[in-house]
Amino acid sequence: MPVVGTNVPRKDAAEKVTGSAKYVDDLAFPGMLHARTIRSTIARGRIRDVRLPFDRAGYTVVDYRDIPGRNAVALIEDDQPLLVEREIRHVAEPIVLLAHQDRDALLRARVEIECEPLEAIFDPQQSVQVLKDLRIVKGDVDAALARTDVIVEGEYRTGHQEQLYIEPNGVIAVPENGGITVYGSLQCPFYVHKALRIALGFPADRIRVVQTETGGGFGGKEEYPSVIAAHAALLALKSKRPVKLVYDRLEDMLATTKRHPSIVRHRTGVTRDGDLVAMDIDVLMDGGAYVTLSPVVLSRGAIHAAGPYRCDHVRIAARAVATNTPPNGAFRGFGAPQTQFALEVHMERIAETLGMDPARFRELNALRPGDTTATGQRVEADCSALQVLEQAAQRSDFHAKRERYAGTNRGIGLALFFHGAGFTGSGEVTLASRAALATSERGVRILVGSAEIGQGTRTMHAQIVADSLGIPYDDVETALPDTSSVPDSGPTVASRTCMVVGGILQRCAEELRARIGDLHPAEHFRRHGPTVVTKQYEPPHGIRWDDDTYRGDAYATYAWACDVAEVEMDPDTYEIRPIHFTAVQDIGKAIHPTLVAGQIEGGTAQGIGYALLEEVVMRDGAMANAQMTNYLVPTTLDTPTMDVVIVETPSHHGPFGAKGVGEMPIDGPAPAIVNAIRHLGLDIRQIPATPERIAEAACVSV
Amino acid sequence: MRLRVNGREMEVDAPPMTRLLDVLRIHCELPGTKEGCGEGECGACTVLLDGEPVCACLVPAAHAESAEVTTIEGLGGEHPLQRAFAEHGAAQCGICTPGMIMAALALPPSPTLDDVRVALAGNICRCTGYHAIYRAILRA
Repeated sequence: MPVVGTNVPRKDAAEKVTGSAKYVDDLAFPGMLHARTIRSTIARGRIRDVRLPFDRAGYTVVDYRDIPGRNAVALIEDDQPLLVEREIRHVAEPIVLLAHQDRDALLRARVEIECEPLEAIFDPQQSVQVLKDLRIVKGDVDAALARTDVIVEGEYRTGHQEQLYIEPNGVIAVPENGGITVYGSLQCPFYVHKALRIALGFPADRIRVVQTETGGGFGGKEEYPSVIAAHAALLALKSKRPVKLVYDRLEDMLATTKRHPSIVRHRTGVTRDGDLVAMDIDVLMDGGAYVTLSPVVLSRGAIHAAGPYRCDHVRIAARAVATNTPPNGAFRGFGAPQTQFALEVHMERIAETLGMDPARFRELNALRPGDTTATGQRVEADCSALQVLEQAAQRSDFHAKRERYAGTNRGIGLALFFHGAGFTGSGEVTLASRAALATSERGVRILVGSAEIGQGTRTMHAQIVADSLGIPYDDVETALPDTSSVPDSGPTVASRTCMVVGGILQRCAEELRARIGDLHPAEHFRRHGPTVVTKQYEPPHGIRWDDDTYRGDAYATYAWACDVAEVEMDPDTYEIRPIHFTAVQDIGKAIHPTLVAGQIEGGTAQGIGYALLEEVVMRDGAMANAQMTNYLVPTTLDTPTMDVVIVETPSHHGPFGAKGVGEMPIDGPAPAIVNAIRHLGLDIRQIPATPERIAEAACVSV
Repeated sequence: MRLRVNGREMEVDAPPMTRLLDVLRIHCELPGTKEGCGEGECGACTVLLDGEPVCACLVPAAHAESAEVTTIEGLGGEHPLQRAFAEHGAAQCGICTPGMIMAALALPPSPTLDDVRVALAGNICRCTGYHAIYRAILRA
């Protein structure tokens, strides 16, 4: 019986509900030491002296001189050191590592770091250090703007956002077989593998990275695990003992990556009838102290900056700059939530300027199949921007409520948005991901480097393989993501695990079926021994992309969605309370509807936090509220009722028609909520829309 | 210290101010109770102390002497809440799940949605947006 499209039991449910699932902090090894990171307390400066005025017996101490390979976190650029040699570029930058078998002894050790402070830059608008800039040009924006009836301008800002996975970053490094094995909470085992190879100077086969059960990632465990893994590995190699390095909440919030803050400016020309004529967009992102993933975050942000709209003349100038704050990095949505927030609030203001209904204005301009995006990509038959818009307006009773709420303390607003699945442009071709299937006693085993971080990787992959092979779901097993035994399926990011890796698995299954004939793979295994089929990513036909001009097919395909937010304002406290949320999201095909609904509901809740609550307060380059006491994420009482509608317009690019689902849900809530606040007569152009910002807007608006 | 955990008497050699969380995870070797924040905000370490949900990171172990401590391991594996969490997708990454289930245990029979929301207000889930958790508890 086919299982794709059904809610089969999660492969990992039993372990998770009984508390027997093993997260990294639940593991211990004989003779294991604990570790601590000594960090900078200033945002910029030079180290003059490092003193360790304590009895070092029993302690392992590591600094940059103990790095056998290169002192660099291998990623896009290698500008970030694993341990500061001399120049400090942000608060909480790692300088010295300590290990000891007794945690209390670790905390007692006092390390003195004498520094010469230098002037730091915190305002991205003042920074002259450009980490990446790019331009997307379609048509002739200047000429088109010169002849349009109406021009609307605006500037929109978003702040940092902390991923706040409930399990902090952590790893255990174990010296083994003349090399090192790292067990950790992570999304990308092969990123960590590469980083260790470069830092340790070891050949690939002496490094093994194993993903342990991971208590949430959301992008926050994409690149940072490379840092913490290398730190633990250095201590383990020096002490010749297993070393556990698990951050507490404060350290995790202070030192690890966050969502890039952004400032986006729009200048848009429209006809009086509401047709978009020209869009001139400037995107600035604050990358923090090192390059990390800023170029690709910026790239995705810029490509999504003109939204799911057709417009003949578009210019997007985007740049990411350095400041003296901890590096910003991957977070669900990866640049797109920032730029689509700006666009969707701007679209609301344009509709307002024209005196036009906001849904009608979007309907006029939404992409239809055959239209082209800002990069000139012709969207295919699976472009359903109009359908999701119409369905969301109907489901939420948008127009009736807009009238009914007018003049009350309630407001309703919507946002139309899209999200490209997989790596941007030629990224998937360069990655050349691989996946494999091996026959086993039970049936078949999936061999992928894709991480289960809660989204349901193991379950969803097993469903795809079961149906592609025509065997029961229970006969599909999943190997642990262990770099020594699975192929590199690329990172678990970019909403690519279903569409891209699932697609490769589907091809593996088809070939395996051809090889084993009508036999059940378990029967074939018994008769002939193990059979392994490995396949590599193949780019879809007809996809073209030019990295230099940013023209072409930025993604194989896009998912489409429309959110409607209903909010209520407390007239005494200016607190905005979301009361109901409608999310209509077309993700091609829901391989497992419960998992998909979970992604949409969870991503929406994170988006609501982004819109209203989650404010990272930076003081002198450091997060001043690095605690869950005062960095607030939505609780049960902050999360409204939700009406989630899954639309399935299949794409021929993904398995069974599926597209990416993980990230898109976080793109829409912030603009939908801010547009609902706008319906209350409050002009908000910066998130989070805290009571302080609402009060300020109320003073201006009244 | 003598503790009674999941119905078993346990002798624990730890300073009295040790966090109950550490005593459970390390001394009692019951790692099902998770640490998310260490400051009583996330609820991942929720256990029952004489039937009342508490954050084990805020309770000194000495405070649990002569009390009955229940952790996720004490539920076996077939508790209706555990089955419902598994069935309704209420466990995604799973790190908040033991604490959520322990907090839900303290609910009255046949709770309303409001009862559930209030009872779980001290337990943060970053994956689900809570709705799958409500569905699980209301149908358990």
